Amino acid sequence: MYQELDVVDGLTVAENVYLGHELSTMGFSQRREATKHTRDILRRLGHPEISPRQEVGNLSAAGKQIVSMARALSHDARVIIMDEPSAVLDSEEVANLFRVVKELTSAGVAVVYISHRLEEIREIGDRITVLKDGKTVAQNLPVSETPTAELITLMTGRNVEYVFPETDGVPDEAPVVLDVEGLALRGVFEDVSLTVRAGEIVGLAGLVGSGRSEILETVYGARKASAGKVHVDGRRLRAGSVAGAVGAGIGLAPEERKSQGLLLDEPVYRNVTLSTFSRFARGGFLDERAERSAADEQARYLDLRPKGVDRAIRTLSGGNQQKAMLARWLVHGCRVLLLDEPTRGVDVGARAEIYALIRRLADEGAAVVVVSSEIPEVLGLADRVLVVSEGRVVHEGPAASIDEHQVLDMVMEGSVA
Amino acid sequence: MSEQKVSVGDAAQQPPAGESHDAGGKDNVPASSSRRSRITAGSFGRNGGLVLALLALFAVGYFTAGDRFLSFNNFTVILQLAAITGVVSIGMTFVITGGGIDLSVGSVLGLASVWATTLATQDMARELGWWIMVLCALAVGLGAGLINGVLVAYGKVVAFIATLAMLVSARGLAELIANRRTQIVDVDSFDDTFKGDFLGLPKIVWIFLLVAVLGWFLLNRTTFGRRTVAVGGNPEAARLAGINVKRHTMFLYGLSGLTAGIGGIMILALTTAGSSTNGTLLELDAIAAVVVGGTLLAGGRGTIVGTVLGVLIFATLTNLFIQNNLDSSVQAIAKGAIIILAVLLQQRLARRS
Repeated sequence: MYQELDVVDGLTVAENVYLGHELSTMGFSQRREATKHTRDILRRLGHPEISPRQEVGNLSAAGKQIVSMARALSHDARVIIMDEPSAVLDSEEVANLFRVVKELTSAGVAVVYISHRLEEIREIGDRITVLKDGKTVAQNLPVSETPTAELITLMTGRNVEYVFPETDGVPDEAPVVLDVEGLALRGVFEDVSLTVRAGEIVGLAGLVGSGRSEILETVYGARKASAGKVHVDGRRLRAGSVAGAVGAGIGLAPEERKSQGLLLDEPVYRNVTLSTFSRFARGGFLDERAERSAADEQARYLDLRPKGVDRAIRTLSGGNQQKAMLARWLVHGCRVLLLDEPTRGVDVGARAEIYALIRRLADEGAAVVVVSSEIPEVLGLADRVLVVSEGRVVHEGPAASIDEHQVLDMVMEGSVA
Repeated sequence: MSEQKVSVGDAAQQPPAGESHDAGGKDNVPASSSRRSRITAGSFGRNGGLVLALLALFAVGYFTAGDRFLSFNNFTVILQLAAITGVVSIGMTFVITGGGIDLSVGSVLGLASVWATTLATQDMARELGWWIMVLCALAVGLGAGLINGVLVAYGKVVAFIATLAMLVSARGLAELIANRRTQIVDVDSFDDTFKGDFLGLPKIVWIFLLVAVLGWFLLNRTTFGRRTVAVGGNPEAARLAGINVKRHTMFLYGLSGLTAGIGGIMILALTTAGSSTNGTLLELDAIAAVVVGGTLLAGGRGTIVGTVLGVLIFATLTNLFIQNNLDSSVQAIAKGAIIILAVLLQQRLARRS
């Protein structure tokens, strides 16, 4: 099982489960047999509602994860390695995943569970092995006796707490930079209004599929709003125009960094200047020297590692790729930053850095909107929080006046209603 | 570019002197020379296999046909063979780098050659000048290319299908206009301008060289080229960075059509006749040359130098077979083998570097 989903969308669930080791007699596939076995496995996984004949493309991310797991089981595996299985799941689905893992272990299957979410390891693991920079730094730590702080120390090599930067709060007289009014995208979300002042970080909390990412993308013009207005510094943006949004000073760090944000084979500096290279150019001719030096300046400012903006961005870690995304908008000079899952696939050490960076950008006058599946992250980072559920804003208030459980309650209530 | 004046040799690893960049861009910091040597090393890695293949073909030519092959005259012949496919392949390189494909170039070339030689066009050309014919061919090529572009970018028709439809219908339109007859060029000023030699090389070879150099600059040194790579490499990322992906895609097909129009003029200079059969199957030669050259068929990486080498390899191969009076069917088989060999070699070298 891999971190990135590895199922073929165009095939049915059963075909995916038996992909590569199809049940067959003399070259003819035994569809009925495969369907039956798949149904058994899915039942065992606690998901009898997934039909083996369904096309995988129609399933949710969580459903695909289940199919991926079913495939592992179809091999009659004794050992299952799960690489970040929870990356695409929301908390409810993670709970179900854990239930399945526990069933597996009690049935005698050994499970290696790879995750960067320490609380998950704490919940599901028996023993912990810590890897850092390709080396094992600790192994066989008993979960129950190892404090989280110690794990973080082992992982980062230094004493970083899962802490968020201090903030003095936003002064009341700070001007409103981003003003979203009654924004809607038919069938996904409706009547979303929010204002973000200069220096303020607003968080959007909610489950996967609640419409958080779509809200950001619609503000950005990457999806065309069916109703509502977006103003930046008092000027109205044209709906459905990314160029207009970028021109007005909005930057988006998309949810899927690799597939939506980066040109993986291109050097770092070209990724950093992807939205500004024509500004450096004279008469249509590129000025790569100026691009490089602008990218290099941001790379130093953000402490991008490894140094050197000529290497392909594919070779950077997730955290540094995220920094390069931020660098893109720093070079551009942004009034508004929309950050979708800024720490997905980023290890703990780099997270604290990214949090500090986001706060620093806000302190320098940017209006920031952060979306994250990790509720503590939203609460810790943001000044103000909007809770989104089923495409509606169900709560808005200061981040300090609400805790994780309250957010979860609201989210669940919203989805019941 | 100032980089080209800097001597290579000082390979001191030093970050680009960011603070010292100025409007003049005349600073010659050592960093730029180390960067330059890295770039040349990289492009040799990519094009080395092609150069080797070309040299191997030359060796074969020398051993089988001797001095008849290895003469200046014969090299001129090879270049002339390569010229038309070459120009069209430059346009094709852009489309493929941008993540698309253009199957219509051969037909569009034929259509351009026919439209530029109708009785009416030739009458006007005799009256006003040869440029009427040129303008006509270019307009036809650009127009057809933009239609492809609009269909692919805004109509969301798959490139393969949209340009396949253009391939069929442009050929049909050419037949309709020419009434299936060849239209001999009878405009003296046109022949004077495009036929014969200039500085010892046929004029159409100069056109090829000019288009190749312009293409190289366009792909590697301009915002247009950067957008092409971005759009081909990751259209979604390009779009979210604020690049107008649709408009750029349309331009790419327009450019490809334009090069087909230029090819139409060149074929008039070479064969003296506009015909609806001009450029038949040219799209396959162009795609083969581009892919053999090392441009990624999936988009996101393109090389003009590689394309030129690819075109030269095929032209040399054709020439070899003619020199040795060999069957053209065997030649087709050899061509297929070369495509596979070149791509395999290409992958090995790319992995090593």
